[in-house]
Amino acid sequence: MGKILTVRLARLIAALFAVSLLTFLLVEQLPGDPVFALLPPEALHDLATIERIRTELQLDDPVLVRYGRWLTDVVQGDLGKSYITDQPVADAIRDRVPVTLELALLATVFAALIGIPLGALCAYREGKRVDKAATGFTTAALSVPSFLVGIFLIWLFTLKFRWLPSSGWARISTKGVVANLKSAALPALSLAFAPLAINARLVRADMIGTLKENYVLSARAKGLRNRYILFRHALRPSSLTALTVLGLQLGALIGGTVVIETLFALPGLGSRLISAIYQRDVMMIQGITLFVAATYVIVNTLVDLLYLLLDPRIRRQ
Amino acid sequence: MVLRHWSRSRGDGVAATLSSTDATAKEPNHQQSGAMAALKTMPLVTKAALAWLLFIIGAAIYTRLDRLFGQALPLQDPFYQGFLFGGASPTETPSAAHWLGTDVLSRDNFSRLLHGAWVSLAIAATVVAFGVVIGGLLGSFVGYVRGRWETVVMASMDVILAFPPLVLLLALVAIYKVRSLPIIALLFGVLSIPTYVRIARASTLGVASREFVLAAEAIGTRRVAILFREVIPNVLPALLAYALVNAGFVIVIEGTLSYLGLSVQIPEPTWGNMINEGRRDIRQTILPVFWPGLFLTLTVVSLNMLGDWFQQRVAVREAAL
Repeated sequence: MGKILTVRLARLIAALFAVSLLTFLLVEQLPGDPVFALLPPEALHDLATIERIRTELQLDDPVLVRYGRWLTDVVQGDLGKSYITDQPVADAIRDRVPVTLELALLATVFAALIGIPLGALCAYREGKRVDKAATGFTTAALSVPSFLVGIFLIWLFTLKFRWLPSSGWARISTKGVVANLKSAALPALSLAFAPLAINARLVRADMIGTLKENYVLSARAKGLRNRYILFRHALRPSSLTALTVLGLQLGALIGGTVVIETLFALPGLGSRLISAIYQRDVMMIQGITLFVAATYVIVNTLVDLLYLLLDPRIRRQ
Repeated sequence: MVLRHWSRSRGDGVAATLSSTDATAKEPNHQQSGAMAALKTMPLVTKAALAWLLFIIGAAIYTRLDRLFGQALPLQDPFYQGFLFGGASPTETPSAAHWLGTDVLSRDNFSRLLHGAWVSLAIAATVVAFGVVIGGLLGSFVGYVRGRWETVVMASMDVILAFPPLVLLLALVAIYKVRSLPIIALLFGVLSIPTYVRIARASTLGVASREFVLAAEAIGTRRVAILFREVIPNVLPALLAYALVNAGFVIVIEGTLSYLGLSVQIPEPTWGNMINEGRRDIRQTILPVFWPGLFLTLTVVSLNMLGDWFQQRVAVREAAL
């Protein structure tokens, strides 16, 4: 166990290092003078500013020296500052992370709450009409882009039924939990579609096998109620699979929030990335990309370790 | 092992894995082979999926020819704005003149949808070509030769896979101001190589220990010849099954970029930017969003179903080996 842990951690550090290098080179490889890319066009008349920034960033040093310096800053939580809005990139990220995180978590919860029972139902009714309908639904849900789901949810719940807001974010601190959940419901649901389908399919495949086990048969023979058998006897061995996938989904969702936050006009990390892209705010793009990729790598490693912890069979290999 | 597959090949891979575990394996008929026989055993929904894909491919080719001949073929002009020049008004409902109605700027929806197929398909085709040719060759090569090359190649692939798929693409497109179709397609192609390398390598590792490879090695066949004659033909089916599913995934990602206005620029129609344009008038009508959404979703569903079907056939063949 200790050895595996060391190997995984070494791999994590290597991956983080590689990600940081690639993100650095992304900006470094820009054709032409980096100052022209960093500054908005209207600031380029001012030769004094250009010179100031050139010395400020020490752009005349060799690439590796600058990478080293940049990495040292990054490790200390300094991602540089935007030359468009003058805001430190790390501050922008700190402001925006809670919204994205809440969305991702809520989407994971939705995906579990809807997907797992749906999968269990399908397994119980294998080959019946319910199963076929649900399988058709999961195939569609896996294929449809999340922004499309979002638009239809807005159309349905905001324009037709007028139940839920289609844009904006109600902070818990100012508007309370209910308003907050209301503003998060539609975006989280649109994000949950794909992972929900994955959960349902996984649990279905897993439980079809489990339901054929002898202990399920004996539970049935004892006369236990179907619902009890389904959730207490059959679902428990399958929960391990579901748990790991949930973790993985959380990682993927962090990337997926980009479009959804833009669609619903939520003040999260993804919409900040998009606005940085429209403003051509290179430092902000670099900082957010690095942050998101690093989070993704770390979450994936944690999930790997969690799996290792939970399933003794893998540990022994 | 299963876990690794999930974590490395991401969402699209999960779909592929899931459907293969989910497979209610049809009884295969080993005597039949060839395309006609394959078509005969195909379930009805998969046939429908194939028909839809052929329709979309036909649309892409037809609209290209239409442009080549200066819009001489019978199809409405996708850029003609009826409310400016007469003949149509914005957001019309379907009629004989406009089969699927008109969009927000009173252009013919049906024509724009057909023209939009080109961008999605061109990018998907580039990705599949890059993935299967470069990724497949690289993966089978390092999987067969092993050693230091393998370590170096796989480690560098892991770096690209460390990024969430959309985010790296967004950063590249944004920082380098990429807006033209060939370069976007190239970018998609290069970024999708790593998963193909992984799949090709994994399946090469399995093939390389088979008896027929050992036999070829024993009689002293050159290793290059073994790689091309024994290993790659057996790796290819798995790779193609993944390519179908991956093509669907790529079309979704391109749609997302288009929707954000970061792919091929308007007025050139893509399904993604049509959705974005239609969204602004969603209070009046949802049809301009619905049609491109339907085309996009149907295409991706079709690719996934065909990929699943192909995967099942491959799995059956593998088992029979």
